[in-house]
Amino acid sequence: MADLTTNTAAEPRGPKLKKAFSRTNIFLYGTLIMVSMYYLLPLYVMIVTSLKGMPEIRLGNVFGPPMDITFEPWVRAWSEACTGINCDGLSRGFGNSVRILIPSVLLSIAIASVNGYALSNWKFKGSEVFFTILIIGAFIPYQTMLYPIVIMLRELGLMGSIWGLVLVHTVFGMPILTLLFRNYFSSIPEELFKAARVDGAGFWQIYFQIMVPMALPIFVVAIILQVTGIWNDFLFGVIYTKPATYPMTVQLNNIVNSVQGVKEYNVNMAATLLTGLVPLVIYFASGKLFVRGIAAGAVKG
Amino acid sequence: MTVPSVPPTLSGKRPSKLFKNWMAKMASLPMILTALVVFVGGTAWTVTYSFTGSRMLPRTKWVGLDQYERLWSSDRWIISITNLGIYGICSLILTLFIGFTLAACLDRKIRFEGVFRSIFLYPFALSFVVTGLAWQWILNPDFGMQSVVRDWGWTAFSFDPLNNPDIVMFGLLIAGIWQGSGLIMCIMLAGLRGIDEDIWKAAKVDGIGTVKTYIMVVIPMMRPVFVTALVLIAAGIIKLYDLVVAQTGGGPGLSSEVPAKYVIELMFRAQNLGQGFAASTMMLCSVGIILIPWAYLEFGGRKRG
Repeated sequence: MADLTTNTAAEPRGPKLKKAFSRTNIFLYGTLIMVSMYYLLPLYVMIVTSLKGMPEIRLGNVFGPPMDITFEPWVRAWSEACTGINCDGLSRGFGNSVRILIPSVLLSIAIASVNGYALSNWKFKGSEVFFTILIIGAFIPYQTMLYPIVIMLRELGLMGSIWGLVLVHTVFGMPILTLLFRNYFSSIPEELFKAARVDGAGFWQIYFQIMVPMALPIFVVAIILQVTGIWNDFLFGVIYTKPATYPMTVQLNNIVNSVQGVKEYNVNMAATLLTGLVPLVIYFASGKLFVRGIAAGAVKG
Repeated sequence: MTVPSVPPTLSGKRPSKLFKNWMAKMASLPMILTALVVFVGGTAWTVTYSFTGSRMLPRTKWVGLDQYERLWSSDRWIISITNLGIYGICSLILTLFIGFTLAACLDRKIRFEGVFRSIFLYPFALSFVVTGLAWQWILNPDFGMQSVVRDWGWTAFSFDPLNNPDIVMFGLLIAGIWQGSGLIMCIMLAGLRGIDEDIWKAAKVDGIGTVKTYIMVVIPMMRPVFVTALVLIAAGIIKLYDLVVAQTGGGPGLSSEVPAKYVIELMFRAQNLGQGFAASTMMLCSVGIILIPWAYLEFGGRKRG
C-alpha cells in the first residue's frame, strides 16, 4: 500500500487511494455494470431489432445482433407506416410535433420569464397568492382539468387545432417555469434593479436590457425542460388534437398498437427510436444542464 | 434613455392604488388567468359537476353522491385502484431502494462516474410511450425474453406479463422503474454530496462499517431528500397513464386498468362524464392526502419555527 501511494501522483487525501482490485471495488463495479445492462438493454434491443429483416426476427432471439443489416425498416417507419387508412408514416407526426413544439416553447418561456421577473422585482398586492395557487396547481392531477379545458378551447374555437395544444402546453408549463425564473431573478442583486429604476428605466426596459441578458443560462435550462417535456407529451396530444394534427407520440402509439395487419416489429422499433431520438439527442448534447432542468422539472405534478 | 417627468419614486401619489405597478399587473395577467380560471376554476367545475348526472354533455341535474356510489360499486374502478395500489407500493419501495443504492455506489469515488450516471438517467429523457413500446417488445411472449431464455435450454421458463393477467402489473413495473429511477438516483446523489465529509472520518474513527454508516447515520440525515423523492414518486404514480396505454392498453381484459385511464375512457370514450368527473375528483383527493401532510411538514413548521 505504501509504495503504491508513492508511485502514483501525490494525492492529498491519502486514505482514499485504494488497491484497484479490492473486494469492495469488484463488488461495486460489478453491481454498477450489471445494473447498467438493465438500463441499456431496451436501447440495444430497439436498435438491433430495427436493423433486422422480418424473417430474421421470426427466428427468435431479440438479443442477437442483426445478421444482415437493413435500413429498410427506418425508411418504412418514416414514410410508409400506417395509422388506420393513412399510410404516410411518422413524418407527418414529426412535422406536427415540430409545429407544436416551437410556438409552445417560445410562448411558455416568454410568459413564464416575465411572470418570474414580475414576481421577484415588481411584487404587487396578491402576487404571492397567485403564485402559490400556480404551484399548488402543478400538483393537481391533469384529469381534473381536462374537461373544463375542452370547453374553454371549444369556446375559443381552438379545439383540435395545433394552437389549442400550444395554449395547453403554455398553461401547464407555467408553474414550474415561473418557479424556475422567479428563483433565478431573486438571486440577482437587488441593487442592480434599483439602480436601473433610479436611472428611469421602466418595466420592459429593465426586463430586456438587464434581466434577460443575465438569465441566459436559465433560459437554456427552461428550453431543455420544455422541449423534452412537450415532445414526450401524450395525454394532451391525444385529447386536444385530431388525427390530422396528432403529435408524434400519439401517432407512434397508433402505429405500433394498431390491431390491423401483420405486426412488423422492426418497423415498430424503428418508429419508436425515431420518436425517442429528439429527447435523446438533447439529453446527450446538454449533459449537466439537462440534470438541472429535470431536477427543477421533476416538481411538475 | 429619457428621464420621465415624474420620478418613479413619487409614483405612489397617483390617484388609485389599483394602477400602481400597472405594467407588472398587466404582464402577470396570463399567470393570474391560468391560476384562477384554469387551475381553480377548472378544478372547482369538475368537482361541482361530479354531483350531476351528466352523460354525453355536462348538465346541471343534481344527483347528490350517486356518481360516487356507482363509482365504488364498479368492478373496473376497484380493479384500477387495486392495480395502482400494487404498482404504487412496489414502485415506491423499489425506486427508493434502487435510487439510493445506485447513488451510494456512485458516491464511492469511482471511475467513470459520469458514464454510469448518463446510463442510469437517459431513460428519463424518453417518453412513457417509447418506454412502454420498447418493453412491450422485450416482453413479447413469442419473440421476446421468454423465448430467448427457453432457447437457451430452460424450457419451463415462463415470464409473460403481457399475456398473464396475474403478473401484468409487474411488467409495467419493470418499465416504470427503468424510466424513473434515474431521476431519484440523481436527487439522492445530490443529497449525498451535501453531507459533510467529516461524518465519514468520524465513522471511521469510531470503527463503524460503511454499510452501517449509511443506514445509521447518512439515511437519517437525508430525511428531507427522501421526503422530496417520495413526493415525486407518489405524484408520478397517480399520473400513471401513457405507460399503460402504450405497453398493455389496459389488457389483457381489464387486468392493467389504472384510475387515470378510467377517467379518460369514461369521459371521452364511454361518454359518461359524471363518472369521469367523480373518478377524477377521487384522484384529486388522493393527491391531497399525500400533499397536505407534506406541505404542512415542509412549509408549515418552518414558518412557525
